[in-house]
Order: sequence, then structure tokens, then C-alpha cells
Amino acid sequence: MSSNWEYAPAPESRDIANLKPAYRMFVDGKFVEGSGEPLKTVNPATEEVLAEVGTASAADVDNAVKAARRAYDRIWGRMPGAERAKYIFRIARLIQERARELAVLESLDNGKPIRESRDVDVPTAAAHFFYHAGWADKLGYAGFGPDPRPLGVAGQVIPWNFPLLMAAWKIAPALACGNTVVLKPAETTPLTALVLAEICQQADLPPGVVNILPGAGDVGSELVNHAGVDKVAFTGSTEVGKLIQRSLAGSGKKMTMELGGKAANIVFDDAPLDQAVEGIVNGIFFNQGHVCCAGSRLLVQESIADELLDKLRYRVSTLRVGDSLDKNTDVGAINSRAQLEKIQELAAAGDAEGAQRWTSPVPVPEKGFFFAPTVFSDVQQSMRIAREEIFGPVLSVLTFRTPDEAVAKANNTPYGLSAGIWTEKGSRILWAAQRMRAGVVWANTFNRFDPTAPFGGYQESGFGREGGRAGLEAYLDV
Amino acid sequence: MSAPSTTELSEVTRDDASLRRFLHGLPGVDQVGVEQRAATLGTRSIKKASKLQAIDTAISMVDLTTLEGADTPGKVRTLTAKARRPDPEYAEVPHVGAVCVYPDLVATAVAGVGDSGVGVASVATAFPSGRSNLAVKLADTELAVEAGATEIDMVIDRGAFLSGRYGQVYEEIVAVKAACGDAHLKVILETGELSTYDNVRRASWLALLAGGDFIKTSTGKVSPAATLPVTHVMLQAVRDWRDRTGELRGVKPAGGIRTTKDAIRYLVAVHEVAGPEWLTPKLFRFGASSLLNDLLMQRRTQLEGHYSGPDYVTVD
Repeated sequence: MSSNWEYAPAPESRDIANLKPAYRMFVDGKFVEGSGEPLKTVNPATEEVLAEVGTASAADVDNAVKAARRAYDRIWGRMPGAERAKYIFRIARLIQERARELAVLESLDNGKPIRESRDVDVPTAAAHFFYHAGWADKLGYAGFGPDPRPLGVAGQVIPWNFPLLMAAWKIAPALACGNTVVLKPAETTPLTALVLAEICQQADLPPGVVNILPGAGDVGSELVNHAGVDKVAFTGSTEVGKLIQRSLAGSGKKMTMELGGKAANIVFDDAPLDQAVEGIVNGIFFNQGHVCCAGSRLLVQESIADELLDKLRYRVSTLRVGDSLDKNTDVGAINSRAQLEKIQELAAAGDAEGAQRWTSPVPVPEKGFFFAPTVFSDVQQSMRIAREEIFGPVLSVLTFRTPDEAVAKANNTPYGLSAGIWTEKGSRILWAAQRMRAGVVWANTFNRFDPTAPFGGYQESGFGREGGRAGLEAYLDV
Repeated sequence: MSAPSTTELSEVTRDDASLRRFLHGLPGVDQVGVEQRAATLGTRSIKKASKLQAIDTAISMVDLTTLEGADTPGKVRTLTAKARRPDPEYAEVPHVGAVCVYPDLVATAVAGVGDSGVGVASVATAFPSGRSNLAVKLADTELAVEAGATEIDMVIDRGAFLSGRYGQVYEEIVAVKAACGDAHLKVILETGELSTYDNVRRASWLALLAGGDFIKTSTGKVSPAATLPVTHVMLQAVRDWRDRTGELRGVKPAGGIRTTKDAIRYLVAVHEVAGPEWLTPKLFRFGASSLLNDLLMQRRTQLEGHYSGPDYVTVD
């Protein structure tokens, strides 16, 4: 069969998603009609409308915040940690039980490959609930005093790139610390958060502890500005993050912001090359590059640049692009037409500014929002594709001559969310990691997430940490 | 390693010191990374026509092996009959790549395979430990070649390799290759005893430099035998070799591959790590015995739409 072994389609059944024609918002323990304009959520791999989703109005936001306040005052805020833990553990187990359903639904709504939603998003979401459930009765030992108190009602706004996982990152620590939650999922990906709401019901979580309000930016704005919200947690673009900070300045609300990034993946000449190639691929093509901590700038030592790029191009050409539900798909659909246009615009800027574009020869479906994996070489620091977040499967390759130059170039960005260092030399890893102005530094790996590891940024990538002991601070009155 | 040439490569084998510098100058292998990649690639889901195609390819790549003290001419004849016609009820099933036996049974195997096109591979060089002197190893090889073996599976001297005497390992492989004549040489690295992926990469290059036609993971007598990450490292080596020299060399994982599912995972690795041109018995083999029957059972399942069971394939 030499040379022509085509993998037959291996689609996961979409029936597993239990897709319903209409979804409603979740307030005070019940699914209710929202009085906002309903939105239609689309499968970006086929452009088909998946479901109609009710959205919240200003009055709905007010109701939800009041429900969260009641639940906080009467039940959740005063419940012993060991009791809260039982609910959170139950949610974690229910996520595991409904893992396939959540994975298929996530891939349908978001466009990401089923392999990733199945092996990364859903298991990591469950892991976040398990991890934080463990903290609920041990907060006195977290280093924030003998009896740290919760903040109250948390208003949380999350992005479309990891819809369920981001909901878990936000809700699990908030609940573990004794807060109640009003969460707004992204406009284009509301479905798995609403299934998570179902799971909260199944887990008998007291009404009002978790409220989910689908809608667009106006709902998010209404929520974070609501006077009854004590804490705001936002993950999304730097632009919107700045707007929120401006409008909340002086309000006394506690904030955490997890914003954009333009991470450098630095490959030194003594790196394990084949694994570095894997790390580069995982850094920028994981989740179609819709990752705020994506390794979107490759900094490679000049002496190995040609060899590494040859290996990288071969490897990237083996990435399979297409149907999100096919188990063999490596790169799925771009989440929306708007995002696809943004990627196309920035890639065109790369051409115009003189970078060398290489596009994977892989076949790309005609229907749906797709962008073939792309590598720009001969990229200079001054080009837009080296400075601006593309948030797509586009890698910019720059070279360096010395370790000092690598560090200087890596840090030369207004962002500072993550960085990668590839070398077989342990001392160089420590040397470089100390000098990186980035919240997360990966050594000889990239895009690995664990609930025990704090995640967050420097500068325009935001502030505050999520995950680990440090992440608890954001939801405690300390 | 950019813009390399074969003249450069002949330089590196000039003496022990050059060889050492070259092998230790190869890029390292990150254990976590290679295992992660192997695990991810292991989740490929191969269905329907692509599965049937994979099964037939895998059958044609099997080196049907018996390497026991209890081997007899009778056992070998049974094996060769199976090798020629793996499934008597389905004539279109390809024959296997080769049968693999000890040198004293090569003549029986040669008579058994006849003109079917099935190769006869013989282990040699004081298999499996390789603990003897060069004269004995060469005599062992010659015995097999004279009896008609078309492929020789030699073992490297792991003791010499681990104590850093790369030149000695190299010279031995070169000498055995010369003794092989027209027979193809597979060089068994016994990766289970080399222990690190860096060592596997170095030993792979050493064997390729010395002229091995195939690099093979294991004897099957040491645990662990073949693993997916080790095979990844070896596939990267033959791919890098091709990129440097233009020559295609083969890889043979052996030991511990028992199911169709396992075999397909290996084929996916061949397809995506080395490249589609390696998907031929000329460049990839499985050292296995029980794997063949599982492939045949799965093949029937694909065609007949239901499982039949172990009594519907021949036990040999």
C-alpha cells in the first residue's frame, strides 16, 4: 500500500452530544427564558446552525446577581468547606460521567478537533473541579491566614477558545473558596456551559450558587458593572480587558484579568530537535492556535534554523485539517468568520511586510471556516505578525545568535503570558527562565496545563493567577 | 548537520574518537516529549477500508518467528506453510515477509518456503546475547548464509556499546555485513538493554553508518522489547539518514507486538514519522509470532462483519 494509505473517516457520532434545538439561561437553579434577543450558535466546521440560545437582558443580569447574593448570604458563604467540597467533587464526577457528550458538544460548537476536546478540554475541566474540591476544607492552610473569607458574588466572563475548560477554571476556585457565581460564556460557544449548568442541577447544588447567562458583550458589560458583584474575573482580549478595568476603576471590586499573548518559543542549538518540533507544533497548532498562551513566535538559534525549519515543515504537512468530529483530525475549524477574517488580514500583512509564507499542502474543506497551518519565516521584530496576537494557526519564525539576544527578543513584547525554552542543558533552562517576563515558562514542552500550576500573565497579558495555591487568592478576601 | 554529505559521514567512522564525537553530537531525545508524541499518535482511529489495507500490509511485513530451544524441523515446516499461505480460506491474503529461525534450521526453512517469495531470516552472531568473539559470530553468520538465508538478524555487542567502545561495535557490524554477501542485514540494537532514548538514537546511527539494511529493536528475549517511542526514535533515524544520504533503510520492531491494534499503531507511526514510502515490507517488518493470527482474525471480521474466533485460524 506504499504511499497511498488514506485514513478512512472516523467520525464520532454527533448524537452523543444530545443537541437540543433550544437552550435557555440558568438562574437560581432553574432554566428560564431570557428576555434578551436569542442568538443562534453555529458549527464553524459546517456553518450549520446548531441551536437557538436565549440571552440575558439587564433585568436578567440583575435577577441572577440577586440570586447569587441570596445563595451566598443564606447558604454557600456559611457552609463548612467540607460540605462545599462534596458538591464540587460531585460536579467533577458528573463531568467525567458525561465526558463524551461534553466533548462532542464542545467540538460541534467550537470547531476544535474531537481528539483535543476528548483528551484535553474535558478531562482537564474535571481535574480543576477535583483539585479545587480538595482545597475547600483546607483554605486555612493555603497561606492566607487561619480562616480566609470568600469575597461574595463573582461575575465571570469567559472566551470561546476553551468554553468548558474556562468555565471550570472560573467556577471551581470560586465555589471552593465559598463564593457564588454569575458566568457569561462567549457568544459563539454557549452550549457546554449550559450543560455544565445541568450538571450543577444534577449535583443538587443549591439554587443561585452558579448562574449562567449567555449573551454578547453587552451582557458581559452589564454583569461586570453590576453593583452587586464583588469580584470580576475576565479571560479574553486585551482590548476588552482594558475597557473593563477602566469602567471598574474606583469601584473597589477585586479583579483578575487573563488577556492576550505573543509567546516566544526559544529553541537553542543543543535542543532535542525532534521533540522541539513537536513542541512548536503543539505550541501554535493546538486548538487552531486559538490559545492565549500559544507559542506564536518561534525564536530559533541561527545555526540550526534551516534544519529545524525543514523538520518543522515536514511535520506540519502531516497535520490533518478538517471535520472537527473526525477522531483523526489534528486541526479543526476557526471558531467564527470574524476570527478567520482577522487571521487572513494579519497573514496578508505578513506577506506585505516581506516575510516568507509557507502553507501546509494539506487539503482544507471548502465549507466552514478553515485556515491551513502556516509558517512565516524571515520574520523581523518590527513586523505586525511578530508583534500582534494572531490567534490562529500561524507561526512567525525569527532567529537569534546568542542566548542574550534570545532573551531580549522574547521579552520585547507588551505581552507576557508564556514562554518556551528548548535545550538539553539544565543550567541554561534555569538561566533563561529567570529572565523571561512571562507568567508561565515551559521547559522542553509547551501548552501543558494542570490545575496545580498557577497560570497568568505579565504586562498586557493581565494580572492575577488561576490554578494552584496562588489561584485561590483571587477568590479570597486577603 | 545542515548541508551534509556522504563524504562527511565517511570521515566520522575514521576512528573511535571521531565516531564518539559524531554520536554524542547528535541532537538529544527528550523522553517526556517522545513518549507524549507516541501516545498521541497512538490515538489515531483507523477504520473500514483503511483498516483492511493496514491489515494486509501488516501481514506482508510479518517476520514469522520461532526462536526456541525446542524448535525442530517439524515446527519450522509448519511455520513455513503458514508463512506462504497465512489464511487457507482466503487466497488473496499476502504471504508474510519472512520466516525467522536459528541458523541450524535455515535449510529446513529454505526448503519450506520454496519459490513463494517468502524470505528466510536467520538470527546470528551468538544470538541473543552476542557474547562471543568475532570469529564465532562470523562463522555463525556464514553458516546461515551458506544454508540459504536471505536475511541475517545480527545482535550488536551491547557491552561494548555501553562501555563506549563504539569503534568495536562498528567494526563488528561491518565484518558481519561483509559475511552476509547478498543477504540483507538487520542489526538488532536490543533497546531494552540500551535503556535511554539517546542511546537508541546513537546505536541506530552506528548501525546505519556500518551498513545495516535494517535496524531492529530487540531479540524478543529481553524485556522491554519493542515499544512505540523507541520505534519512533528509530524511524526518525532512518528518515534523517534518508535526508542526508538519499538512501532508504528499514526498521523492524520485534517482540511484544501481539494485536492488530498494536500493529496499526506502528503503521501509523511509520506513515507519519518516517513517511509513506516506508510502508512496504522492504522497509518495515514486524518481528512477531502470535500477531499473525490476530491480523487474520481481524481481517475476517472486517470481511465477514462478525467475529469468528481463534478456532477459525490455524494454530501453528
